Amino acid sequence: MNASALPGPATNLQTWIAARAKWHPAEIVFWLGCLLPLLPASLLPGFLQKYWIFDSYLQLLSQIAITALFAISLDLILGYAGVVSLGHAAFFGLGAYAAGLIAKFWFTDPLLGLACAALLSGAIGFLASFVVLRFHGLALIMITLGLGQLLAEGANSATWLTGGADGLQGIRAGKIFGTVEFDIFGQTAYIYALMVAFLLFLLSRRITNSPFGLSLQGIRDNSRRMLAIGAPNQWHLRKVFTISAAMAGIAGALLTQTTQTCSLETLTFQRSADVLVILILGGVGRLYGAIAGTIIYMIARDFFSDVNPQFWYFWIGLLLIGVVSYMPNGLLGGLNWLLLKWRRA
Amino acid sequence: MFTSIIGVLYDGFAYGMLLFVLSVGLSVTLGMMNFVNLAHCAFAMLGGYVTVSLINLAGWPFLATLPLAFLAAAAASVVLERALYRNLYGKSDLDQCLLTIGIVFVAVAGAAYIFGTLQQPIKVPEWLRGTWVVGNFTFGVYRAFLIVTGLVLAAVLILMLEYTRFGATVRAAVDNQRMARGLGVDVDRVFMLTFALGSGLAGLGGALAIEIVGLDHNFALTYLIYVLIVVSVGGMGSIWGSFAAATVLGISDMAGKYWVPQIGSFLIYLVMVGILMWRPLGLFGKR
Amino acid sequence: MSTPALSATGLNKSFGSLVVANKIEFNLPAGERFALIGPNGAGKTTFINLMTGMLAPDSGAILLAGEDITRATPAARVKRGLVRTFQINSLFAQLTPIEAVTMAVCERRGESATWWRGLSHYPEAISEAQQILTSLRLDKVATRTTRELAYGQQRLLEIALALATKPKVLLLDEPAAGVPKDESEDLFEVIAGLSSDLTILFIEHDMDLVFRFASRIIVMVSGAILVEGTPAEIAVHPGVREVYLGRGHHGHAHS
Repeated sequence: MNASALPGPATNLQTWIAARAKWHPAEIVFWLGCLLPLLPASLLPGFLQKYWIFDSYLQLLSQIAITALFAISLDLILGYAGVVSLGHAAFFGLGAYAAGLIAKFWFTDPLLGLACAALLSGAIGFLASFVVLRFHGLALIMITLGLGQLLAEGANSATWLTGGADGLQGIRAGKIFGTVEFDIFGQTAYIYALMVAFLLFLLSRRITNSPFGLSLQGIRDNSRRMLAIGAPNQWHLRKVFTISAAMAGIAGALLTQTTQTCSLETLTFQRSADVLVILILGGVGRLYGAIAGTIIYMIARDFFSDVNPQFWYFWIGLLLIGVVSYMPNGLLGGLNWLLLKWRRA
Repeated sequence: MFTSIIGVLYDGFAYGMLLFVLSVGLSVTLGMMNFVNLAHCAFAMLGGYVTVSLINLAGWPFLATLPLAFLAAAAASVVLERALYRNLYGKSDLDQCLLTIGIVFVAVAGAAYIFGTLQQPIKVPEWLRGTWVVGNFTFGVYRAFLIVTGLVLAAVLILMLEYTRFGATVRAAVDNQRMARGLGVDVDRVFMLTFALGSGLAGLGGALAIEIVGLDHNFALTYLIYVLIVVSVGGMGSIWGSFAAATVLGISDMAGKYWVPQIGSFLIYLVMVGILMWRPLGLFGKR
Repeated sequence: MSTPALSATGLNKSFGSLVVANKIEFNLPAGERFALIGPNGAGKTTFINLMTGMLAPDSGAILLAGEDITRATPAARVKRGLVRTFQINSLFAQLTPIEAVTMAVCERRGESATWWRGLSHYPEAISEAQQILTSLRLDKVATRTTRELAYGQQRLLEIALALATKPKVLLLDEPAAGVPKDESEDLFEVIAGLSSDLTILFIEHDMDLVFRFASRIIVMVSGAILVEGTPAEIAVHPGVREVYLGRGHHGHAHS
């Protein structure tokens, strides 16, 4: 929890607000820790070397970075602005296909590709926001789901462009800054995905701490009152929807670029639902919740799906029931609560 | 061309009646409690498995299993309502969605564990199989059975809602829950009964669906989307709405699959998005 | 006579056969403290909804400082200085008071579109919010989450949010609704202490408070204004006694 839970007068609200945006040492440790897997095992003391498994998991780690970015993009609209979407994979898929098609037919520079994918999914997101934001409640859930499915079915039938069920073939790999190549161990891929995810995390952190981010939370908590203090709710929401769509597009583009493949799987309902589950597990409305949810979900899935994918969803289902019934703020929120209780005791 | 139009209309209407039976319960409970119950089709799936098991393991006749499919789903829904749903009344749509999708995941995994992941074989009686041939047209007998069942159920539900005391309390609770409570209606009990009835109907729908669309462990997820489309297009809390929406969607899905199979379910989503853009609350929705 | 801060001419509104506003005409001179009273269902909240644009009148005109705002959107009216509070707390449950009020200040100053800069880069907005909270005696709880605040404090925050928009005319819909008697006096003391440039209209049922804190009183009955005048005039008005005070509708009629 934050300082707001502590009693006592706030002598200086300026410092209090500034303190909320300050970096916590744990955050710095976490992000530095993300670099650890890049350490070659040979640098470690001998007895540790055989336990050093990270380098064989680089591919999974790239996936985690990408999915975390995707989860953060959903958190911006869901956790901060209160807009539920069951079709967010549409933007992920748009970005993925945009990056794939660009690399196949046009140019291979990854960063430029990312930028184009972001522009495209952002632009589509902006247009979609005019439709989507007219809805609330179940209708909102259904319209996002419907639009997402429309795009997925459309991509499925537009075989000439997307390759249909076979996926997009012939995506060329480019060099980052024209020099760094993607290696077969996935080291470059991981660094690349991590860096992009980190930069966009910084951006999201900035957004959530900005006056704009505060207004979004206001709309989430009470949109009627926002209107009564003269806030342009619809424009705020359109803006964050656009930003979120662009970020989801970048996440999708990263997946295409780091795997050199792009399939219909990027657009599926399953992906939209998974990222929602991730957010709920981690706790909505907190960026680290999105990250923690992703790490837990992806590692658990990697572990369980080797055993039996059916079982995997059984446990996810139980976890969802438990979290929703007993931990309204997600796993991270629940841990926080336990921690507070333990400290008070 | 004319022959195929009749065929598509017939099959589509039968399919629509199936969707109606599957979804009408969800529409009414959503209208009453605003509870987004994504596990609705898990109850349908339960009904399906009850029917399959009774036929294949106990040798029951198909028709005799239907009441049990209804009862099993109704009973299961009451248990879940008491144990889990109750805590989330008045919470956000999202929380309700997530709880119930969790139940769906568990149900899907449970079904796969118990029954395996294969399509369940089912034997409907001889007199329900086969077709009638009238001139150039062929009509499936089972589909006629579906149409009759759907129409009878729709009529019974509408009459019950309009002319019985229970129906009046249900309508009051859907229209204005606070007012109904103020007038001394035990909304919680009415809701529980409606919920049981709706889930029971879903169970019946699940049993009826096997012959047409098959039954496997993923039924609870696959048909969830169709049911939600029916509810959101028809408008929550409206039996007529569900009936109209189910018909429209059944026929358009059938038409899409018949004439433009390459676009898959594209058409049904297009219809939904189009109708929602035109009327965000659905065809018959009031709120 | 100078232009009234807020006025209306011939306002009508009905829902089917139910008339909720019947030829409403009034002038609120700047700086006055108006009380709007009337029995339940007299149309007091409807009156506020009409003024703030949450309902559109069937006919008639509303003027804010002499300018016609009848067709303006709710948000446009807020920008021009006509702001309301709600009878039932309408707050931001997960924000702290300082965040909520700073946010409202930023909305007014047009800074809420900025997403690339942290909130701490807006010290003026924060200190303005702090001043507002201090003036409403909320500074001690400024960093608690809104939902943890005591009910009376939430009522004050309701006003603080409105003040953050720098209103010229403030419409308070039962600011003391649900607050115990002794606390509601404190609350009205705070309201009375607000800047005298501000024109305030409040709905209140407690006649002691009305007669103590209002400089003028409007009495509404069945969607129409029955009479408007100073507390002394209202107290002796025979019509008011008959339709409102005389019926003892609220149990605590002024004696």
